Amino acid sequence: MNGLLQQDVNQETFTLNLGPQHPATHGVLRVKLVMDGEYIVEAEPVLGYIHRMHEKMGENRTWAKFLPNCGRMDYLGALSYNHGYVAAVERAAGIEVPERAEYLRVITVELNRISSHLLWFGAFVLDLGGFTPLLYAFDDREQILDLLESVTGSRLTYCYFRFGGVYNDIEDSFITGTREFIKRLRKRMPMYDALVTKNIILIKRLKDIGPISKDMARRYGATGPVARGSGINFDVRKHEPYSVYPEFDFDIPVYEEGDSMARYMVRMDEMEQSMRIVEQALDKLPEGPVMAAKPPRIIKPEKGDYYHAVEAARGSFGVRLVSDGTNQAYRLKLRSPTFSNLSLFNEAARGMLLPDALALMGSLDLVIPEIDR
Amino acid sequence: MPEPFRVILFIVFVMAFAGLNAAYLVWCERKGAGHIQRRIGPKEVGPYGLLQPIADGIKLMTKQLFLPKGVDPVLFMVAPLMVMVPAIMSFMVIPFSETFVAREVNIGLLMIFAFASVNVLGLLLGGWGSANKYAVIAAARCVSQNIAYEIPMLITTITMVMVTNTMNLNEMIRSQSGWFFHWHIFRLDMSLMMPVAFLIFFICSLAETNRAPFDMAEAESELVAGAYTEYPGMGFGVFFMGEYANIVIGCALTTILFLGGWQAPIPFNPAGFLGVIWGLFWFFLKLYALIFTVIWIRWTYPRTQFYELLNLSWKVLIPFSLFNLILTALQIKIFPWL
Repeated sequence: MNGLLQQDVNQETFTLNLGPQHPATHGVLRVKLVMDGEYIVEAEPVLGYIHRMHEKMGENRTWAKFLPNCGRMDYLGALSYNHGYVAAVERAAGIEVPERAEYLRVITVELNRISSHLLWFGAFVLDLGGFTPLLYAFDDREQILDLLESVTGSRLTYCYFRFGGVYNDIEDSFITGTREFIKRLRKRMPMYDALVTKNIILIKRLKDIGPISKDMARRYGATGPVARGSGINFDVRKHEPYSVYPEFDFDIPVYEEGDSMARYMVRMDEMEQSMRIVEQALDKLPEGPVMAAKPPRIIKPEKGDYYHAVEAARGSFGVRLVSDGTNQAYRLKLRSPTFSNLSLFNEAARGMLLPDALALMGSLDLVIPEIDR
Repeated sequence: MPEPFRVILFIVFVMAFAGLNAAYLVWCERKGAGHIQRRIGPKEVGPYGLLQPIADGIKLMTKQLFLPKGVDPVLFMVAPLMVMVPAIMSFMVIPFSETFVAREVNIGLLMIFAFASVNVLGLLLGGWGSANKYAVIAAARCVSQNIAYEIPMLITTITMVMVTNTMNLNEMIRSQSGWFFHWHIFRLDMSLMMPVAFLIFFICSLAETNRAPFDMAEAESELVAGAYTEYPGMGFGVFFMGEYANIVIGCALTTILFLGGWQAPIPFNPAGFLGVIWGLFWFFLKLYALIFTVIWIRWTYPRTQFYELLNLSWKVLIPFSLFNLILTALQIKIFPWL
């Protein structure tokens, strides 16, 4: 800050602590802003207010005992995190997963992705000062939570996947319920479109605001809708296929503009694509067991270094395991997408007005417990 | 009734009206918001939650009035009053019905505008005196917003004064007597841009009273609670009452200038006491229809960006209202018989 003051002695700046308790940060994120009037000179995110040492926890307990922790990182897209960890351990220990289990994983993960995007949509419009869409989105999200509750037993911090399959099979009511829900959401999307997306105030607030160039997104390792909104066509589901994703026909929405509107549109389109995946998976759902016939009682992966990435709602979630051949991980590294997405905030927000920067922050879709882990 | 008693009675009525109206507008707002958002809204305290505002009021009044560290005590305490008192003063000249008005002043319109501009001073001092960065930013925004929107509002008002030849609010309403198409908003013969003028005036009164989508002073997702961030208990309550009183005044002015005030849409005006009730009925019907629109807008649209708000005023509203002024002047000059 001293350096900035010396650059121009007439420029009077002040420091504004945005958070850790502020309505726009959606959690305990603190951003130290150096402001010149309402313009941002420097925006330094300060992390660590909700750090729970998940990585260390993964290193001092058995593989299975860490599993419930996965749902506590990104509490809005918990199933993707389950999937990432379970798939990484399965890769390390060489456990085969029955096909029906993989289908169920895809169905629940995609439903979870829709619910996460719906909540983001509501919270983002709330950031922009529109109260009502939040409650409409929650109304829809509630249906997904009911569906997922009937399968997984919980509504938020799911722990449904197991090494070698999933915890239990679905019932017929889940299939009919999911189909009904998709029909319902398809009817609701035009309403969101008319009420929010085509609203002139919203367009003016998002168009050309908070541009993130392709180059900047690459430098900071941004993934997910943030990268796809900047014109980078990268989605782990397509480009490093895992599970049964190659069997489905779906598109990756990519927008070239790189502004907040592009990120908004990517997520809105992704909901439709997720619905397509769920529909196809329900059509093709094979019969069979949902758990490997004989999963090993005690998992002791071969000595080695393993990596598995999945596409979570906010971007690419990677799990790196280093095994020394015991029943515990030697090293567990979790690559969470929002951490990289947030780190570009400082550069992108420089020179912006405070409300615009908050629109940019909202469009990054931050979940703080996932950044801090 | 002798004059001094009438005025005193009316002052009591106006203060009770301003207070109760603010309280029950909050109830309407919460109930309306609830229904717009597909939920119920307040329902626990009393039937339909009708006693909720009273419970809220008691809660606010029993809270300790403390001064946060570093505030300017005088400014901090005076600021809420500077929002509330001018609003109550303005009620004195508003004709709720032809004879139901405290003082029929010949410069009533001027008086309302004089008092309305004190409102922003209250917000500025409150924000400045709070010694809080968010409050200061909100106060600064508030001032530039109010300056920007007072100009088109006043230009439109001047146009209305030109066509009616008076600043007496009751006279203005009388000139709109007859059918509903005699209301100023439909009088294209007076000015071709009358509906546009109505829109300009309504938008400006939204911005002047800091209502969504122009609620820059509060902007809760950006500035926590804006200028009110540091206010405890009734300090905040008085601010709130002042805001709602200002909304009523803004909508009442719109009703008087454009929608015929207490005039019924048909040329039927009973005499005596019944006439007072008849006028009150139509005035409040129009007034609350406008207030409902204000609430509806708030719960539908997101907030505008600050520079968009200024752009709207300087690039759209001011040119249009100026054009309207010139057009009206020409129309009066060329067709003086209309």
